[in-house]
Amino acid sequence: MADGIIVKQLNAWFGALHVLRGIDLTIAPEAVTAIIGPSGCGKSTFIRCLNRMHEVVPGARAQGQVLLNGEDLYAPGVDPVQIRRRIGMVFQKPNPFPTMSVFDNVAAGLRLDGVRNRALLDEAVEGALHHAALWDEVKDQLGKSGASLSGGQQQRLCIARALAVRPEVLLMDEPCSALDPIATAKIEELIVELKKDLTIVIVTHNMQQAARVSETTAFFLLGEMVEFDKTTRIFTNPSDKRTEDYITGRFG
Amino acid sequence: MKARARRIVNTTMGWLTALSAMVVVLPLILILVFLVYQGASTVNLDFFTRLPKPVGEPGGGMANAIVGTLILVGLASCLGLPLGILGGVYLAESQDRRLPWVIRFLADVLNGVPSIVIGIFAYTVVVLPLRRFSALAGGFALAVIMLPIVLRTTEEMVRLVPASLREAALALGIPEWKVILRIVLPTARAGIITGVMVSIARIAGETAPLLFTAFGNRFWHQGLLQPIAALPLQIFAYAIAPYDDWHRQAWAGALVLIVMIFSSSLVARIVTKGRYSGLR
Repeated sequence: MADGIIVKQLNAWFGALHVLRGIDLTIAPEAVTAIIGPSGCGKSTFIRCLNRMHEVVPGARAQGQVLLNGEDLYAPGVDPVQIRRRIGMVFQKPNPFPTMSVFDNVAAGLRLDGVRNRALLDEAVEGALHHAALWDEVKDQLGKSGASLSGGQQQRLCIARALAVRPEVLLMDEPCSALDPIATAKIEELIVELKKDLTIVIVTHNMQQAARVSETTAFFLLGEMVEFDKTTRIFTNPSDKRTEDYITGRFG
Repeated sequence: MKARARRIVNTTMGWLTALSAMVVVLPLILILVFLVYQGASTVNLDFFTRLPKPVGEPGGGMANAIVGTLILVGLASCLGLPLGILGGVYLAESQDRRLPWVIRFLADVLNGVPSIVIGIFAYTVVVLPLRRFSALAGGFALAVIMLPIVLRTTEEMVRLVPASLREAALALGIPEWKVILRIVLPTARAGIITGVMVSIARIAGETAPLLFTAFGNRFWHQGLLQPIAALPLQIFAYAIAPYDDWHRQAWAGALVLIVMIFSSSLVARIVTKGRYSGLR
């Protein structure tokens, strides 16, 4: 059983710019939580705080509590490297390692953690590619460059790469914004499949996508969380006027 | 009418830029033609295998100088490449603002220091304390010349690696040092190697810094603490000598030197092309 995440009073800054203001949120385990909101509202910053990637940017910092299975990721002494092994991430643009083959891309996380056993790697890579619904398409070209695949395949390769280290949570930062509708549909199918044993948080600009794949949705605006509820409720009967305005396309 | 005028200007400018580009490589072509014309007839097996003959005796070769140049370049690479590459990674990766800026500025200044001055520097810090001209002093001088080139190109190439790759690797839970070593450097590899080759081509032909460090030698090398021959030195010595035979040998030496540099650059290009080369 994958763990859920409880976020308490999370604040984040870029230098002096306060980009996230006191976010409180509970992310259900083995379900998809969507984060929506206009550009610059702090959606990406929020999920980057969940695996401590936010602080990688010079001048960026975060404060508050993020509890994964009761353990605070921001407690002193917690190693962000260990956190990121448990909470995988998929980015906006597919970013396979250009110097590596399909196989090596998927194996990268394990290999760089010291796994040398070939049988173990083979098994993990095949498993992750199956999981990412990419195996059938690439099983005969595992030695090809990861960058030679199509955009949609590259994004699924990146998902496989993240899955290969067996994370408990998968963060997806607008994973389909660089893809065509067919590739997008494949990734969405995949998300629905993956949530059976993963906790997924997805940032999206596409409201239909949020409606299709998620159980719960959070609406962010100007660094604050305006509303957080069941997806069906957010899209049919939001309680906040601003949420309604955004969803009906009056701004954003 | 206007459209016609634009087309004419367009065609003219197109040809002008193409012509300029060709003029840039013209000197190289002329040099090669001239060297082949003057030197090719003297390049034979003896040239690569024999020592120089005493004045007046015909024949002989520059084998010692060819080997000497390889040793000096190898020595300089051993000293300069690790420092330059590691330092370049620091300049590209450091979050600090002031120190990398200062180092970058000073490296650019060092790059502009005339090579004869670097020769004097090597003379002062290596030749004088050891009380002898030596291969070591020559290699040291060449390393100082190559350092800023390797440092700056490594920095530029590491900087060119997209941030998205670093993030992808960091998000996999890979520690930063491994991300740099296993993801960033391999991606920048082709560019770094090109920079290394440029620096090697540059030092292989340097003469001034070797004049009073490696000094030159008419015999096989006798260890790193003895004076050593080098192609540029031998070319220089032979070119200013009053003998026709030596002049021909100097031309041949120049031809061999150029071909060595040219082919090593070519090999490096081919080798780094690789299957999944990152940046070119």
